[in-house]
This record gives sequence, C-alpha cells and structure tokens, in this order.
Amino acid sequence: MLELKNISFSAESDGKNVEIIRDISLTVEDDKFIVITGPNGGGKSTLAKLIAGIEKNTAGSFILDGEDITDKNITERAKMGIGFAFQQPVRFKGMTVVDLLRIAAGKNLSVSEACEYLSEVGLCAKDYIDREINASLSGGELKRIEIATVLARNVKLALFDEPEAGIDLWSFNNLIRIFEKMRSECKGRSIVVISHQERILNIADEIIVIADGRIAKKGSRDEILPEITGTESAVNICHKMA
Amino acid sequence: MVEMDAVQKRLFKEVADLHNIPEGAYNLRANGESISRNTTANIDIQSKTDVSGIDIRIKAGTKNESVHIPVVLSQSGLKEDVYNDFYIGEDCDVLIVAGCGIDNCGAQDSEHDGIHRFYIGKNSRVRYVEKHYGSGDGSGKRILNPVTEVHMDEGSTMEMEMVQIKGVDSTKRSTIADLKADAKLVVHERLMTHGQQQAYSIYKVDLNGDGSSADVVSRSVARDDSYQKLDLCVVGSAACSGHTECDSIIMDNGRILAVPSLEANNIDAALVHEAAIGKIAGEQLIKLMTLGLTEAEAEEQIINGFLK
Repeated sequence: MLELKNISFSAESDGKNVEIIRDISLTVEDDKFIVITGPNGGGKSTLAKLIAGIEKNTAGSFILDGEDITDKNITERAKMGIGFAFQQPVRFKGMTVVDLLRIAAGKNLSVSEACEYLSEVGLCAKDYIDREINASLSGGELKRIEIATVLARNVKLALFDEPEAGIDLWSFNNLIRIFEKMRSECKGRSIVVISHQERILNIADEIIVIADGRIAKKGSRDEILPEITGTESAVNICHKMA
Repeated sequence: MVEMDAVQKRLFKEVADLHNIPEGAYNLRANGESISRNTTANIDIQSKTDVSGIDIRIKAGTKNESVHIPVVLSQSGLKEDVYNDFYIGEDCDVLIVAGCGIDNCGAQDSEHDGIHRFYIGKNSRVRYVEKHYGSGDGSGKRILNPVTEVHMDEGSTMEMEMVQIKGVDSTKRSTIADLKADAKLVVHERLMTHGQQQAYSIYKVDLNGDGSSADVVSRSVARDDSYQKLDLCVVGSAACSGHTECDSIIMDNGRILAVPSLEANNIDAALVHEAAIGKIAGEQLIKLMTLGLTEAEAEEQIINGFLK
C-alpha cells in the first residue's frame, strides 16, 4: 500500500516559483488498478515521477507499506518494488533489447525468458531480442519494449505514464490484456496508469482526476466515469485517432 | 617455447582472448622477441631480416584459417618499432587477430609502434581484430602508435575491429586504405580514454575503384581529463560509396575533437559523414535507475552498451 500525504511540488519556471502539485493526499491500496486522468498540464506525469523519486516533492511524505520512503532516491524506491514505464522511452545506442530486459530483471535472464516478455507485448521475440535500442526502432516498438521492462521486474507498484500513446489499436487491446494479467499474476500488486483512454478507464477500480495540481475528483469507476465521459479526461481511442 | 609469466598471460588474454596457445598460425611476441610461432600448410610466418617484424604469407584459396600475432610488453622502458606485413593471396577467407598489451609498473615509458601492412588479393575476405590494452601502476607511460595500411585488390573485403578500451596513456593511431573495384572496407573502432590520456585516431580511405565501398564507424568515450581527436576521411575517386561516423560520449572534463571529412573526385561518388558528441542523457540514467541500478552502475551499463 502506498500513501501520499500532503504532497506538494513546486519548480522554478521563468524565474517564478510555480506550484505544480498542491497538497495531494491519496492511498493506493494493494491489488488496486487506479487510473489517473485529467487535463493536459494538470500535473499527472509529475505526480507519477514524484512517486518514483524522479522528482523530489517539496512538501509531504510517501509511505510504502508503513515505511516512510520520502527521502529514498530512485534506485532505492525501485529496489523496494516501484516500477515506472515512461511516456517517452529513451533509446540506448549499442544496448540490445535483451541487455535492457536483463537489467530490468536484475538477473541473467535466459533468451527464452526474455522472449516471453517480448511476446507479452506483442513483439515477435526473435526479431527483437538482439536489436539495438536505437533510432531504428519506431516509437511504438520502443513503447512496447518499455512496458516489457516493467513486466520483467517483479514490482509491487507499477506506474505507467500514458502507455497507450503511440501504439496502434491492435496493441491497445493487448495492453489491456497485459494489465489484467499483471493484476491476476501477483497478489498485492497495484497498478497506477496515467491515461485519458476510456477503455483503460473502463477497467479501473478507481479513477482520480487531477487538474491544476489538485485532486479534482476521486472515486470508484462507476462513480467517476459517467461524470467525465466525453470530456478530455475520458476520450474514445477511435475518436482521438480521427 | 618460452614460458609466459602471469602478467604476460593476462596481457595475451586481454588483447587476443588467448587463454592458451591458439589454433592455427601464430606468432607471440613478448618484450621485444618472438617467444613462440606456428605456421601451417597455408600460412607462413617469417622474421624480417632488415627490421624487426614478420612477414605473413597466406596462400591463395586459404579458407577458414586464423593467424594470431599478439604482442605484450611487461618490461618498463622498452621501446620498439615492429613491421608486420601480411600478403594474402586471392580467394582467401581468414581471421587475423593482432593487438598489443603493455603492463608498465616502472618509471620509464614503454612504447610499441606496430606498423601493419596488408596486401589483400582479389576476392579475398579478411576479418581483422586489433585490441590494445594497458595496465600497471608505474609512472612510466604506456604508449602505442599503431599504423595500419590496407591495400585491397578487386572484390576483396576487409572488416576491421579496432578496440582500445583501457590503460593506454598515449596513442596515435593511423590507418590508411586504398580500394580497387568492388572492394569493401568496414571499420568499427571503439575507443575509451580516461585519466590524462590522449588519443589521436586518423583514418584515410581512398575509394579508387568503381563499386568500392567503405563504412568507417568510430564510437568513443572520453572520461576524466582525457582528450581524443578523431579524424575520419573518405576520398571517393570512382563510382563508389563511403560513410564515416564518429559517435562519442564525453564525461567529466573529457574533450573530443571529431573531424569526419569527405572528398569526392568523381561525379558518381556517394559519400556521407556523421558526427555526434554528447554526454550521457539524464533520461538514460533515470530509466536505468528506475530498474534498480545506482547512478554509477547505470553509467557503466550505458558505456558498456555503447562500446560493445
């Protein structure tokens, strides 16, 4: 269980101190699938980065399973079981897909184990395992590899920042299947996804709408989804693609 | 043969992946003299009589054979110039492994300047691996100034893997090649400098025959206060294609000057160059840290991948 207590974050912008996250408190219960949505620029990605330790909160505390992790850095939080799939994955010249999956798994994964993770994300493993993570990979391929790196880790809390961005409809179905599998596979694991997609919101246990750095709405899917359907917080994928 | 000591064995392992005596033809040189040699029915090795070095002659049609000619220096203050000439007949397919390891625990500079000349016959294919390595904590410098000349006959192919990852204080590497029709040269250089090291790497490739091609790619990392100059030049004087690329990571106070250059002397010469220098991207470090690596471990992984 992860608790956020009065988390605030501000940063300098054009010489001014801008408050990006304002006093957010929430609890991510074990086994829950939470989708964070809300208008662009509202602070969703920043909140996910604060949880992973990539940004440092200016006030408040994070409690993971009863332990205060506020002062833990990215590495320590990762080792405690927090996983993060970036919205825009980075490339690594020279490093191959299997190298990255091995780092993620923290052990010398066999090729067949690594292939399994790739198949999960819909990549034909034998074509990709030795590919360099360089500019020859498309955005969609990179995104799927990024998701595979989170699958390869045995995380307690998985954060996905707009996992559907840049992937096609077919893999969108696949993505939902991945989330469902991740949940069923590991007891106590919680998943937090940042997304506007109605179909991802549809499988959420809980939806949190973040706007202007604050929690604008929070509640069960049945409670929140009807309120936000049709707004930019819950868009239909076909609608968005058109 | 002369017994190798532990330092020499370690150096041979670093530069030629040799754990033991290699298969096929070889000439092992340690501290200025040849300590062991083997020739085969197709590959002959003879000492030169005028200067220090050897002539390696590979008969036409030799396939799937290898030649190892590593050199190690474990004696401080030794300076040597060695001339090795490779005459490769037509229609061969061979692997040549060279390389030099210096262990200098003393106060005097140790230097090995290897001059390698390749004469590659028609339609032959050569894979050449050269590794340079330095170790030892003496104040004497470890200096390597290799010169490589490659003369390629029609339809021949040369793949060169040039690696210098650790411990060489000063190096001036110079490689020149000339290619006749349909010859193909592929170079992969990997270079890492640290401390106060200085490395100069110069390539000049002349594409003289129609259909010839060259792909010269250098990847390098300059750490600490080290300096590198990468000068990669391809000259196209026929209907040919050439590509050079310098791709470098700088760290700490490292400095790199990359000078890829092209010269076209024929309307049908298609030449491309690329160069990029930058530090390790913050996002790369963060990504690996979210996978549980520390910042230092993440840096190592990124460099290892880059220089792989």
